[in-house]
Amino acid sequence: MKAAAAIDVRELSKRFGDKLVVDRVSLQVQRGEIFGFLGPNGSGKTTSIRMMCGLLTPDGGEGHCLGYDIRREAAQIKRQVGYMTQRFSYWEDLSIRENLDFVARLYQLPRRREAVDRALEDLGLASRARQLTGTLSGGWKQRLALAACMLHEPQLLLLDEPTAGVDPSARRDFWEELHRLAARGISVLVSTHYMDEAERCHKLAYIAYGRLLVQGRGEEVIASQKLSTWRLEGEDLVNLAQRLERTPGVAQVIAFGAALHVSSHDAGLMDTLRVLPGVRRVETIATGLEDVFVYLMSHADDNFRQGAP
Amino acid sequence: MSREWFSLARWWSIVLKEVLQLRRDRITLAMIVGIPLVQISLFGFAINNDPRHLPTAVIAADHSEITRSLIAGLQNSSYFEVTETLPDEAAGARALAQGRVQFVLNIPADFTVRLIRGERPAVLLEADATDPSATGNALSAASGILQGVIDKDFKGPLAALAGGAAPFEMRLHRLYNPEGITQYNIVPGLMGVILTLTLVLMTGLAITRERERGTMENLLATPVLPLEVMTGKILPYIVIGLIQTTIIMLAAHFMFRVPFVGSVLALYLAALLFIAASLTVGITLSSLAGNQLQAMQMTMFYFLPNILLSGFMFPFRGMPQWAQVLGSVLPLTHFNRLVRGIMLKGNGWVELWPDVWPILLFTVLVMGVALRFYRRTLD
Repeated sequence: MKAAAAIDVRELSKRFGDKLVVDRVSLQVQRGEIFGFLGPNGSGKTTSIRMMCGLLTPDGGEGHCLGYDIRREAAQIKRQVGYMTQRFSYWEDLSIRENLDFVARLYQLPRRREAVDRALEDLGLASRARQLTGTLSGGWKQRLALAACMLHEPQLLLLDEPTAGVDPSARRDFWEELHRLAARGISVLVSTHYMDEAERCHKLAYIAYGRLLVQGRGEEVIASQKLSTWRLEGEDLVNLAQRLERTPGVAQVIAFGAALHVSSHDAGLMDTLRVLPGVRRVETIATGLEDVFVYLMSHADDNFRQGAP
Repeated sequence: MSREWFSLARWWSIVLKEVLQLRRDRITLAMIVGIPLVQISLFGFAINNDPRHLPTAVIAADHSEITRSLIAGLQNSSYFEVTETLPDEAAGARALAQGRVQFVLNIPADFTVRLIRGERPAVLLEADATDPSATGNALSAASGILQGVIDKDFKGPLAALAGGAAPFEMRLHRLYNPEGITQYNIVPGLMGVILTLTLVLMTGLAITRERERGTMENLLATPVLPLEVMTGKILPYIVIGLIQTTIIMLAAHFMFRVPFVGSVLALYLAALLFIAASLTVGITLSSLAGNQLQAMQMTMFYFLPNILLSGFMFPFRGMPQWAQVLGSVLPLTHFNRLVRGIMLKGNGWVELWPDVWPILLFTVLVMGVALRFYRRTLD
């Protein structure tokens, strides 16, 4: 087997009842890459991830995960993939050590005790190994979950909103850990809602209503939407924003603290903006990921309706 | 202190919400309708403590007008229904042990001759008295029936025999439970009832709990196979079942002094078979139930007919035909017979087999359903 891409899926589709939850999603994740998977709630992120690790059978499309066919070789994929579910899914009525030990047994690790001891040591939970998992705080649960799904030293990590409900400093630690793992050649697919996390990914994909709208490196994603963005300062921002939204050529207006971010496909809009009543200051800024994602999210709906028969 | 007054509008919104939720919860709806219906039909029609048409075998070594009218008299009473004619006493004993018949009427070869000579011969009516309530009324009716036969038939030259003491004697043998002690019947029956309730419920809950807490997804993402999850979760309950069996057996022996005639090994084997059947039911229910509450409700739904139709609480043969057919499907019915057969009758393999294969068949069929519905992936 050649060193295939960590994930290479084409045209994946999944239908629940008559609802098309994932609509022909294709994406590639290279080895050692941290791939950010973004999109609003209910956009099909979790379903896509479940199909990639063999938990769900796709209704259409095909693909490989670590070189294994996602339809026929789910068993091999499961052995080499670490999957962290969106909801904490370890056993709260087991102690920390019992959980790790149970997972180690499921993967039939050769030196189980050592592996568990090392994981506890790395986690810094060695002294609390006997504590019931249900009594851990959100941040600790998340670290435990990551340790548990790393126990069998997977080549690929699929993380479904791993940092939801985790405080900023724990999130920062978590991402540092992800980058250490990636440096060791482990591939990571991580879904998230946080922009700062999106910016820490090597590559990104944005999915809405089951469709993959854009994927690539951060700059590529930004460039793909061909938006120019300005930062506006002025009086009565709420009213100004409403007026701006009605101005022809304005694609979107987002409030950022004491200023507005105005985006447009028309790079020459700045002259129009400058003379608007109430505008004190206009400066051109680089379009950020957040501007693009908000734009994608608000326009995905329209695209979807247009695409539908 | 501020007080909140009861708000009708708020209250009504709660009512509407409950109705909405209920309408979507089809299991609860089915239970709401199903339980009363089941209870009414079972208590109202199926339960009969005065069972009639009890299967009776006749060993008639003597064929005469009088024996024929004797048999006809038993039949006409509607308590006894002659279902087979057997050649000898050994065959009669086997029919009783297997539970094929409730009674064996044994008429000796020289009965008519000795009757006419005025020697007061005896007929023997043997009863399977394992469940005293099943045979009690029929047995007390038996002597009256015979008196009727005498009054009707002993005319003309035989009229002299009709007066005074009865011209023949009827001997009753209550087999297996001569004193008619109810506990002898109930306590062994309890074994199956308790095993059913705990095993079906516990496995059902154990598996739905995984799904409810989201840990099933985690399990499925590891290399562990569904069959491993299922069987692995079952094993502890098999042990629990065997412990329960032991406790009930000890209680039967030491607390209720129920005789134990048969083999302990046979009882444990029967218990294992029954535990397997109950566990497959538990797994099947859990793969149908969406959460723990539903699993619990379904268990009750399964448990109720088991209690009522298996012959545990009420004599099996007292139920109408349709209820007996339903009851024959349930493993508890057969397990009750196995336990009583082993403990009270000392039955061996040949007598037990008729109640072993239905449990086996049931288990295999239910297992098929379970495997069909078990969610291998999350689809």
